[in-house]
This record gives sequence, structure tokens and C-alpha cells, in this order.
Amino acid sequence: MNPDSPFAPTRRLVLMGAGAGLVAPGIFATPLPASAQQPQGAVIDITRARTDPIPIAIPDLAGAGEGARVGRDIARVIQANLRNSGLFRPVDRQAFIQTAEAAAQTPRFQDWRVIGAQALVTGRVLEQGGGLRVEFRLWDVLPETQLQGTAFTAPAAQWRRIAHMISDVIYERLLGEKGYFDTQVVYVSETGPRDRRTRRLAIMDQDGENNRFLTDGRFAALTPRFHPTQRRIAFMSYQDRGQPRVVLFDLDSGSQQVLGNFPGMTLSPRFSPDGRSVVLSATRGGDANIYIVDLGSRRERQLTSGGGLDVSPCFSPDGSQIVFNSDRGGDQQLYVMDAGGGNVRRISFGRGRYATPVWSPRGDLIAFTRFGGGGGFAIGVMRPDGSGERILSEGWQMEGPTFAPNGRVLMFYRETRSDSRGGGYSSRIVSIDIAGFNERPIPTPTDATDPAWSPLLS
Amino acid sequence: MKTRLLGVAALALLAACSNTDQNASATGGGGAGTIRPGSQEDLVANVGDRVFFDFDSSVIRADQRPVLQRQAEWMGRYSDVRVQVEGHTDERGTREYNLALGQRRANSARDVLVASGVNGARISTISYGKDRPAALGSDEAAWAQNRRAVTVVQ
Repeated sequence: MNPDSPFAPTRRLVLMGAGAGLVAPGIFATPLPASAQQPQGAVIDITRARTDPIPIAIPDLAGAGEGARVGRDIARVIQANLRNSGLFRPVDRQAFIQTAEAAAQTPRFQDWRVIGAQALVTGRVLEQGGGLRVEFRLWDVLPETQLQGTAFTAPAAQWRRIAHMISDVIYERLLGEKGYFDTQVVYVSETGPRDRRTRRLAIMDQDGENNRFLTDGRFAALTPRFHPTQRRIAFMSYQDRGQPRVVLFDLDSGSQQVLGNFPGMTLSPRFSPDGRSVVLSATRGGDANIYIVDLGSRRERQLTSGGGLDVSPCFSPDGSQIVFNSDRGGDQQLYVMDAGGGNVRRISFGRGRYATPVWSPRGDLIAFTRFGGGGGFAIGVMRPDGSGERILSEGWQMEGPTFAPNGRVLMFYRETRSDSRGGGYSSRIVSIDIAGFNERPIPTPTDATDPAWSPLLS
Repeated sequence: MKTRLLGVAALALLAACSNTDQNASATGGGGAGTIRPGSQEDLVANVGDRVFFDFDSSVIRADQRPVLQRQAEWMGRYSDVRVQVEGHTDERGTREYNLALGQRRANSARDVLVASGVNGARISTISYGKDRPAALGSDEAAWAQNRRAVTVVQ
């Protein structure tokens, strides 16, 4: 594994811990001395279905000239991230008493207490040798203590990334678990009439910013998925006129490589949690079975057999089990098997058909698409044994859930009904929390399908 | 799209009760330009290029089987023609499953062609799942047209 990969999970410890260090390419983080030490731990319990959002004041980071502009932009990104999580309530800026500049010097806690803020974010942006130094502090307003102080140095172009890192630190310090803001989403951008669509891979930040196309649309690209630690994705490509294939795509070099040596179509790839293999579905004749391909040896091993359509496999986060979709019992249902292919058991028993299972990174839930059975389409979650099914969102048509790396939020895509000429159709990526609250669209420049959430980047 | 399908149905009826070669030449002289025998246009106009399926099914329906049998006869007549059978689904399902279902439909159609005497080496299959609808609406009439296997001359 590339030790400079921005996906390397150990970097995060540096950001949270005592030492200074590189947290992403070009971005260094250094602790800022605290005026008082504060015991760590969760302030509120977000495992409950709904909690009151934490009131937090986020004044602009102070600065002069360009630093002031960047400070304002960083504060706005942090505020949007925290508000969109549904777990924070940014306090109205109109109510602020102390100025951002003065608060960056020394917070006057009384001024923040009276406007109802429980937490306060202060900071400063300094221009430094063509780059930026962004100092940020998180304060607990009632006990008047500093919870976190970090200085980031980075090229100016990385300001948005720093805003996401700060958002993750705030989330983690106040809620007691990791955030999901310094992440990206890879998806399929769709343009053109519905019967002749151009489908390109695209990548964006989790808030829809920094959108970038990865393929040019000459060949249809579907169902991209992130590698757990490297800057690679697997997706299904129609580049081979004979058969659509699962292809590995290197995000930095752009190089592509067909995976495996299968006679038929390969589809629905997912990396294993250790990143060493890809589980996918391969067709032979009219059947589809699940295979695992070792990325080192490129050896293939068949995990399911029989006359059904077995698709959409996804590993449990510990790598011990695989959930998948099969019509072996007559119509589409969800099944779980051991990672070696044994011990297959059905887990979905509700009304209708079940599809596109994805295992939460926390291991506690499987998200799915449900449809038919008299209703429309729905996105739901159930426990891995099939119990505790809950529907999060319903509509004309929707599918393709993908979990944020902390397992607290999902994205999926929602399609609208079209008239006989295809008018009125749209497909949009939306996010929703696992309690079913706070559904909101992610802005994309085109119609969008097949979202896949990256791991934390730092 | 609707007019095209009606045209296919009408010509298919003609083809069913008369010599298709004559039909081909008759159509060719009929006005809209000459249709080259053994071409996709010939297949569409005089034989029928597609069969339709029930929801979530890849079983070749009894009313669709004659279309494939005519395709097999036609391929027997034009022995250098190679085809790709495209499998498609309606939009009422998930993308990955529909890719597999489309493949199974293409394979079902291929099996009938082979059983009707066509050398399997002349037939390839591909699935587009739900992603290339023939009819654009979101209603049963459109879905019925989209659950299809289409034979395409290569």
C-alpha cells in the first residue's frame, strides 16, 4: 500500500493526538496549546433515533485581506456540514455579540452563553509563504474550556479540505464518534435523452463541491465503488463491445484494467474490507453467480452456484460474511453467506422484492432497496439477521444506498416518473440519516445515479 | 416508436402468411428506399427484430416464439449474417439485478434461435438492463415494450 495515500487511516490519529504531522498530501496539522484540559467523551448519544441538535456558534475565522475571505469561506463550509448532519444547530450570526476577531483572541463566554451557544468555534487564517496557516479552536461554552486546538498549514487551494477536516474534528469531539465530512462520492453522471444516455463516472466532495468527471462518456460506466484504502475504484464498463466488464480505475493515473478473465458479463463489484480482493457477479449463459477475485494473484473463486441470478454482493466490515441479492427463491430477496460461500441463509421476509444490500461500516445494519408488493420503491435498513426492518424513505423509484464511513448517514438516488416522451424524468442523489430524518438533495451538475461514498480521506 | 412497432407487427403478419423474400422486394420497391436483403432493416421490416417478456420473467412466451423461429429461418437464408441479441428490462427494478435479468432474456432468445437450427457461434448476447428503454414512459404500456430481447445484425 502506498504510504502517502490520503486514505491511510492512521493519519487521523495525528490530527486528534498530541503530535504534529502530515494529515493529507500538503496538509500539516499541529496542536494548539489549550488553556485548560478537558476530559474527552461523547456529549450526547446519537444512537438514539432523534436528539436535539447541539447549538453551536461558528463566527468567521479572523484574518486580514485574503485571509479574511478564506476565513469566511471556511466558516461557511463548516456551518453547512454541521447543519446538514442534522445533529448541530448553528446559532444565527445576527445574534452574535462578540466580534470574530475578538473571539479569536479570547472568547468572552458570557457573550456566547446568552445567545444559546453550547459550543463555539474560533480561529484565524494567516497567509504564509504562498500557503495558508489555519488556526482553529473548539470551545465548550458552559465550563469555558477548550476542547480542541489545531493549526493546519497547507497550500491555499486546500482551504475547503481543511474546512472538512475541522468539521470532522468538531463532530468527533462533541459526539464521540468519527465524522464523515472529509470524504468524496463517486457516482454516474447521466446526460441526454433517456433512451440514448451518456453515462460518465464523476467524483465530488460529499457536499457536492469540486465535481470532476473521470470518464469521457464514449463508453457507458455504471456502479463505481471505492477501494477501502487506496485511490482506486472498481466499476462496470461497456468499453469492450463484446461484454460489459468490471474494470479497476486508478484515480491518480487514470489507468484502467479489466478485472478477471470471465467468459460472460461481470457486474456489481465491491472491494473486500482489507482491499485485497473484489467480490462480483459473473454471468454464464442465463445465470449469474458470485465470485471473488484476488487482486494479487488474480485468481477467481466461485462462491455461489445454481440456476438463479445472484448479484450485488457486499462484505460485512469484518470480512467474515457477504450479503447478496438472489432470485433463487422465486423473486429477489437478500441472503447472507459466509465469506467462503457456505452457510447461505435468507434474511429478508417483508412485502415485495429486496435488492442492492450494503453492509454498514459499523456492522450493525444492512441497507437495501425494497419495491413491489403493492407499494412503490423504498430505502430501508435491517439488522444483519433480518430483524428490525425500518423504511427510511419511499417514492416513485429509488435505489442504490451507500453508507457514510461512520455508518450514520446514507446516500441513494431518487428518480421521478416520466411522461410518454421521457419528460419530467430526473435522477438525483440524496442523503438521509439512518433514523430516516434530514433527507436532502446533493447538488450535481447533471442527473446522477449510483453514488458510492469514500472512506474518510484523512 | 409506437408507429414503428405497429409497422413491425403488420409486416410480421404479412411475413407469417407469405414468402418473406417477396415481401422484402415488395417493401424495397414500395418507396422508402431499397432494403438490402439480410440487413437489420430487412429483419425489422420483414421478420421482426424483437420479442417481449412478462415482468421479471425470461421465459419466451408462446406468442413470441414464432418471431424467433422466423428469425432463425431468416438467418438460415443469410448464412453469413452474425447477430447480437440485446437483453433489456423495464425500469421497475434495480440496475444490477436488471443487468443480470437482461442477460438471461438475451440468453433465452438465443437458446430458441439455436434450437431452431442457427449455429450458436453466429450469436452473441449482451445486456443493457434497464438503461436503454425503447419506450420512454413510466407506465405499463411503455414497460411492456421495454421488456424485450432485440436481435441486431452485426
